[in-house]
Amino acid sequence: MYVIVVGGGDVGHYLGKQLLDEGHEVLVIEKDARKCEHIEEELGDICLCGEASEIAILEKGGITRAEMVIAVTGEDEDNLAACQIAKQKFNVPRVIARINVPRNEKIFAKLGIECVVDAVYLVSEHIKAETMLFPLTRLFSIKDKGLEIVLVRVGKNSPAVGKPIGELSLPLGSVVSSVISHGEESQIPTVNTVLREGDQLICLVSTENIDLFQAIFRGS
Amino acid sequence: MGCGRIGAELAHLLDVEGHKVTVIDVDNASFDELPPDFSGMAFLGDATDEEVLRKAGMEQADVFVAVTRDDELNAMAAQIAKQIFDVPKVLCRIYDPLREDFYSGLGVEAISPTRVFVRLLKERLEG
Repeated sequence: MYVIVVGGGDVGHYLGKQLLDEGHEVLVIEKDARKCEHIEEELGDICLCGEASEIAILEKGGITRAEMVIAVTGEDEDNLAACQIAKQKFNVPRVIARINVPRNEKIFAKLGIECVVDAVYLVSEHIKAETMLFPLTRLFSIKDKGLEIVLVRVGKNSPAVGKPIGELSLPLGSVVSSVISHGEESQIPTVNTVLREGDQLICLVSTENIDLFQAIFRGS
Repeated sequence: MGCGRIGAELAHLLDVEGHKVTVIDVDNASFDELPPDFSGMAFLGDATDEEVLRKAGMEQADVFVAVTRDDELNAMAAQIAKQIFDVPKVLCRIYDPLREDFYSGLGVEAISPTRVFVRLLKERLEG
């Protein structure tokens, strides 16, 4: 597949390499000549130096035959412009934008760019998971299905302590797929698995039920 | 939005004509461009932030003009004004002449200074 990556910073560089490794044809558009040079030293002749929201640059980069445009610069307005032009002017079938300011997710959606990856949110959630200070962290969102894969911790004195999973009033459609107890192998639970304080659970839950779900495991 | 030379001059002219004008910029020092007798409001903040715009009175605005040096920022703010706040008239500066038509198609009036200036030069040469 021909993929255009907009932005040759750390994310664009890494993503470009991964796409090449998978056998895709990749072009990285980056305005900073030094960054282009750095990428080309490692990955070969795959960079175009210029502003990816300029129509002439996109045309030079073969946008008309691109099947995907991924905009991952650190500037949300640049990612929006590149994605809008790719999608609305050149009919690129799939566009994905990185956003660096969480509030922009809604704005991008209203302006026609639905597929966004929120960098701040993702990093924060993963750090939250590592700290073990939060009852619930969101590991992955399946946005178009309204589902989330979450990591929850059974808090001290939470309603779930000492109960088998089958007796918890989990919101409909939730699945507990793995239970990790301290110092033990992780296990695939049954309805009879009894939860202990500090257990970590990997679960699938619908986005609208996250708060309900969290309340069951939150300690006091 | 954007209190550089163009933004400040436009704000001044509209202010003199008696319009109610608010200038938004992320740089406090940029407001020095405004004349001392400017009677409008100078609002410090990011004009791509809905909350900032709301506080700056965007819901009552009849016109929004984006004239920072950054095409992409102008385009984004202008679209927020049009699509989210439903401002009746939205203008933005887009240096790239090829993109002028694209953004005009999205409901905001984009003006390319490059194109305007070239036209002006040509007219002078021919005149």
